[in-house]
Amino acid sequence: MKQYEMVVGLEVHCQLATKTKLFCGCGTDGFGSPPNSRICPLCTGQPGVLPVLNKRAVELAFQAALALDCRLNDSSIFARKNYFYPDLPKAYQISQYDQPFSEHGKLTIALKDRAPKTIGITRIHMEEDAGKLLHEVGSLKIDGSLVDFNRAGVPLIEIVSEPDIRGSEEAYAYLTALKEVIQFVGSSRCDMEKGEMRCDANISVRPAGQAAFGIRAEIKNLNSFKNVKDAIDHEFHRQVELIESDGKVVQETRLWNVETQATVSMRSKEEAHDYRYFPDPDLVPLVADAAWVAAIKKDMPELPAVKRARFIAELGLSSYDADVLTGDKTLADFFEKAAAAAPKTAVKTVANILSTEMLGRLNADNKTAGEVPFPPAYVGELAGLVVAGTLSSKGAKDVFAKMWESSKAPKMLVEELGLAQVSDDKQVMEWVRQALAANPKAAADLKSGKEAAIGAIVGGVMKLSKGKANPALVNKLIKEVVQA
Amino acid sequence: MNDITALSASRLAESVRQGKISAESAAKAYFDRIERLEPTVKAFLAVTKDSALDQARLLDKKRKNGQQLGVLAGVPVALKDNLQLKGVETTCGSKILKGHIAAYDATVTRRLKEAGAVIVGKTNLDEFAMGSSTENSAFQKTTNPWDSACVPGGSSGGSAAAAAARLCAFSLGSDTGGSIRQPAAFCGVVGLKPTYGMVSRHGLVAFASSLDQIGPFTRTVEDSALALSVIGGHDPLDSTSAVNAPPAVEPAPKDLKGLRIGLPKEYFIDGLDQEVEKSVREAVGVFKSLGATIREVSLPHTKYAIASYYIIAPSEASSNLARFDGIRYGFVDRSASTLEEVYEFTRGAGFGAEVKRRIMLGTYALSSGYYDAYYSKAQRVRTLMTRDFQDAFKQVDLIAAPTTPTPPFRFGEKTADPVAMYLSDVFTIPSNMAGNASLSMPCGLSAKGLPLGVQLIADVFQERLLLSAARAFESARPFPMLSDRSVSLLESQ
Repeated sequence: MKQYEMVVGLEVHCQLATKTKLFCGCGTDGFGSPPNSRICPLCTGQPGVLPVLNKRAVELAFQAALALDCRLNDSSIFARKNYFYPDLPKAYQISQYDQPFSEHGKLTIALKDRAPKTIGITRIHMEEDAGKLLHEVGSLKIDGSLVDFNRAGVPLIEIVSEPDIRGSEEAYAYLTALKEVIQFVGSSRCDMEKGEMRCDANISVRPAGQAAFGIRAEIKNLNSFKNVKDAIDHEFHRQVELIESDGKVVQETRLWNVETQATVSMRSKEEAHDYRYFPDPDLVPLVADAAWVAAIKKDMPELPAVKRARFIAELGLSSYDADVLTGDKTLADFFEKAAAAAPKTAVKTVANILSTEMLGRLNADNKTAGEVPFPPAYVGELAGLVVAGTLSSKGAKDVFAKMWESSKAPKMLVEELGLAQVSDDKQVMEWVRQALAANPKAAADLKSGKEAAIGAIVGGVMKLSKGKANPALVNKLIKEVVQA
Repeated sequence: MNDITALSASRLAESVRQGKISAESAAKAYFDRIERLEPTVKAFLAVTKDSALDQARLLDKKRKNGQQLGVLAGVPVALKDNLQLKGVETTCGSKILKGHIAAYDATVTRRLKEAGAVIVGKTNLDEFAMGSSTENSAFQKTTNPWDSACVPGGSSGGSAAAAAARLCAFSLGSDTGGSIRQPAAFCGVVGLKPTYGMVSRHGLVAFASSLDQIGPFTRTVEDSALALSVIGGHDPLDSTSAVNAPPAVEPAPKDLKGLRIGLPKEYFIDGLDQEVEKSVREAVGVFKSLGATIREVSLPHTKYAIASYYIIAPSEASSNLARFDGIRYGFVDRSASTLEEVYEFTRGAGFGAEVKRRIMLGTYALSSGYYDAYYSKAQRVRTLMTRDFQDAFKQVDLIAAPTTPTPPFRFGEKTADPVAMYLSDVFTIPSNMAGNASLSMPCGLSAKGLPLGVQLIADVFQERLLLSAARAFESARPFPMLSDRSVSLLESQ
């Protein structure tokens, strides 16, 4: 059998995180609300209504485009995509066609055991969502169908990738990276369960080494990253088998069926709609005014990649810690605030506490960094205590656990728990002398060069100090006494 | 004055504000007249007598309480039935919208109400404003008040006839290719199509969004200016609404010294009715006697106006009218058993022949593979027509031309030949394509006693100049007034 290569391009829809719809003042919080409770004459297509573009939606869309390295077009056009369906109130969808607001972007994806890869982004355009058909009410079958227009007019961006993706692992990594960036800039919440992120995949196969693309199929109804991965793998094998058995792949739209784990034909190229796109005469061209774009840029949070690089270069974090702490914007913000409250020398310790203690705790409690029961400055303070030698790392763990329960400040807890280390030279020297006296054999071994004997003496000091002696100081003083 | 309906809207509003005439008595005077003449004219699809009288009484109460009334206090106004009036049926003259009750007020409706106007009803029109005679209404034929054998013009025939027959103090219509100016000319009233963007389209049921513009039918130019001052101006609910404010109402200038008027040679052509031409040239003579200078100008792309208009307007209409699908409101054919049938039966039975013709034209023109040859090319022609006007307005301040190529025609005269009907808009379409301001006003009567109109065309947002010149003309040569003794109106008595 010949070797085949998979060629994939993804079209991802993300719901922009606005309070109101793209062209009217209705709320976008219709998911889970009673049907048709977020509607008005405009988003139900009453006669005579006119769309008015939501400025905030444009700002969020522009931020997503800038985050994906896209060029913002000076002027873009809203077009009508005409087709009849009961969930589409005007019988056309306001979208963008030949003049989208942004083009020519890219996204770098991380791959297991391979170098990162850059996937091209062809374009991003803005459009309104359609409503939703209900064929049953709860478990009750109904005669006919009902329409819920809560979602009609909700703002979306469609992000179209270049056919640069070569396998389901890359597709998964692309979607993960895309979601991370879009969420990070706050353009969309990307909650797939609420339909805030949806994906269609274009797949073709070609013999390895061939430059020309094969005939592609578009797969719809992919509502989780896992579905995308499974559907792509299935479709790859389907197409390869078809070619190997002297069949031909036809250009068509296919649906992914989760139950059967297979794609089925939905409509052929011949049955495809002629959408009769034309510029919407009710809307004026969207002009990306330079001053406005500058203000939008200024308003944008630092992107994960930039932040990661800065954490490594300026704060001296390991690349592992930088990765972990920039994976989520709230966590990254928490870290920066904690680091700002810590002495310069304690920044790495702050990172350690967050990536081990705090993330462990958040995962165990199934919480996010936004739900931490104490302010970030407490972690800075805690790290400071560790670096100053006041707390052992074991002590720091205990204090962290208590902070989580009580929301009390670390210094207060150290006092309450009596966890402060003794770093006073005189006191520690006294304990060292007592320990050496109590264990003459170990003292003699140590003197004769048997380094391992130090453990017994340190143990003795810890016993005498009830564990509070500063271990580094104990070691230092034992050596001083023995070598004297 | 014992006949309130003989007053202009401006004088009536003054009298109501001063307490000389009550809003209620004004409304009653108009409803008495509607009762007497409407059976002949058939201008209205709905008469809103109860709500109008309530509105009028409320105004009278406000005045008694010492509250200031608006500039249209107690003025009875009729709305073309493609303008939304909350709580009242909006049919657009189509079976497909029969039973559809408006859920909101159009911006023009709201502004009229806020200025104290009393809405007396919704007027007849060609279905979805597609036509030039109002014969395409699914419900009734409106007659020309000057001669009931003649059409009132269209598509705003009901509004034109209602204003002419004094069934309202003024009315609003919409103009996509001449639908205000042509019926105004046929009915002997002033019809103003403002600059595209001057009046908000919010609440106007769209025919061709890039061409539609709302404007008033009035019996005097002063009333036209007054109506525009109320309905015009920026509206955040219409993205294509301009920031320009409408001009204030000004007194008539004594003369028009220094004004340059152009006569487009492409408008005075073979096929132009001789009576119309004579009357328009006489009107030009009046402008000359007022001190204006007259010269010939050229609008070379005029000959492509109809062809390109009948690509662009139907294309937009095919999309605008797609929402009438029987799913959410209006007519639905209940015998349908599949989704396809809901669309097919509902739209098949709901739309009339002319509407279907234009939906098919537009759907074809926008189809993949034909878009460039039709829609794109028509848009390029439109740009050239816009440039024609820009060039002409470098040489002159206003353009004078006939409004229509013929005097009012008779019922059935052009219904068999759609193209003949389309040609009656040949002189009005260019201003819609270019978006500039334009009005038609009466300039005489034909030998048969039918009204003839002269069209004045101004550059975009030059309504002040346009109305000022028209007022000077009106002062110099008062419009022929429709008498109650005219044949048409006596029939009903």
